[in-house]
Amino acid sequence: MVEFALPANSRVQPGKVHKAPAGAKNVKVFKIYRYDPDSGSNPRLDSYEIDLDACGPMVLDALLKIKNEIDSTLTFRRSCREGICGSCAMNIDGTNTLSCLKPIEDIKGEAAIYPLPHMPVVKDLIPDLTVPYAQLASIKPWMQTQSPTPPDGERLQSPEEREKLDGLWECILCFCCQTSCPSYWWNGDRYLGPAVLLQAARWIHDSRDEMTGERLDALEDPFKLYRCHTIMNCTRTCPKGLNPAKAIGSIKQKLLERGA
Amino acid sequence: MSLRSPIGRARGLGSAKQGLGHHWATIVTAVGLIPLSLWFVISVKGLVGLDYAGFKAWMGQGSHAALMILTVLLVIWHAVLGLAMVIEDYVHCEAKKFAALIAIRLVGALLAVGMTVSILKVAVGG
Repeated sequence: MVEFALPANSRVQPGKVHKAPAGAKNVKVFKIYRYDPDSGSNPRLDSYEIDLDACGPMVLDALLKIKNEIDSTLTFRRSCREGICGSCAMNIDGTNTLSCLKPIEDIKGEAAIYPLPHMPVVKDLIPDLTVPYAQLASIKPWMQTQSPTPPDGERLQSPEEREKLDGLWECILCFCCQTSCPSYWWNGDRYLGPAVLLQAARWIHDSRDEMTGERLDALEDPFKLYRCHTIMNCTRTCPKGLNPAKAIGSIKQKLLERGA
Repeated sequence: MSLRSPIGRARGLGSAKQGLGHHWATIVTAVGLIPLSLWFVISVKGLVGLDYAGFKAWMGQGSHAALMILTVLLVIWHAVLGLAMVIEDYVHCEAKKFAALIAIRLVGALLAVGMTVSILKVAVGG
């Protein structure tokens, strides 16, 4: 059955408080989830008081400041710091987003930062994304064809056909949507989730792909696809402004075109 | 503990190659219930204050009995589809899940037959 309470060893305890330096005038409190599996202790919520006058504008800037200047044990993923790599996805102020794109000034009061929800935690803000990555691989997210490669090596696509991929190709696979979806929380072992289904749609709607039927066959399943109940958390949370719910709806539409 | 590879777990038992039927039936019953629900509410409003004999006479008209039976059947069908979805979502013990899925279908069938007979009895019974 669905569990509404965390297991005893996962309950978050109060943590350490790191005070702001003396003389800081523009102080903001960041409450950050900390968990070290090697310690054997429960997760805790550490408080870091940051002087915003000496910090960059984004949440990632604050995290880097903490790691560089206050607590080097704080662990998180980051790379491009401009919303392209998808590494720094986490739950900030109750919403999954990219810390590099989230302005600190948009957060009222204390800033609560947790890892992406409902995933096993490797350490601190790093979720274990092994299962979503495997689910992504299972839908074969690459072009599959029957016809031989054209002599010039290029498979052509009209501008209209290319337009159908807009809103799909921009996904950076940060898994903010995937881990915001209640259906994925309850049935993540069988439901493919919004990020993976958006990728599936990206190839189903690609005019150059010649395995559309096989792709639809692989998705027509009460759990892999039809666990989507159009809850729309995915669309609301996507830091790139994409609409995974619409993409999933387009797959259901294709199945209706084929079977009804 | 399982040492099965992540991709093996993700591929699982493969696609059931079904689900469209459930989805399509949900759409059809939902769309069908829009006019039927309107008809039902308007009809019930018009029946307020009527005694049993008056209600029996109203139900005795063929179209009213037919629409009432259709409404009841579509409501039950739609409810069974929805409940099945809820059970599949939240009940993860396989034995309990299959028992619940069988039970709601049987209860749905019982209600459908019982309510149809009741409507017919009021409409054409003595």
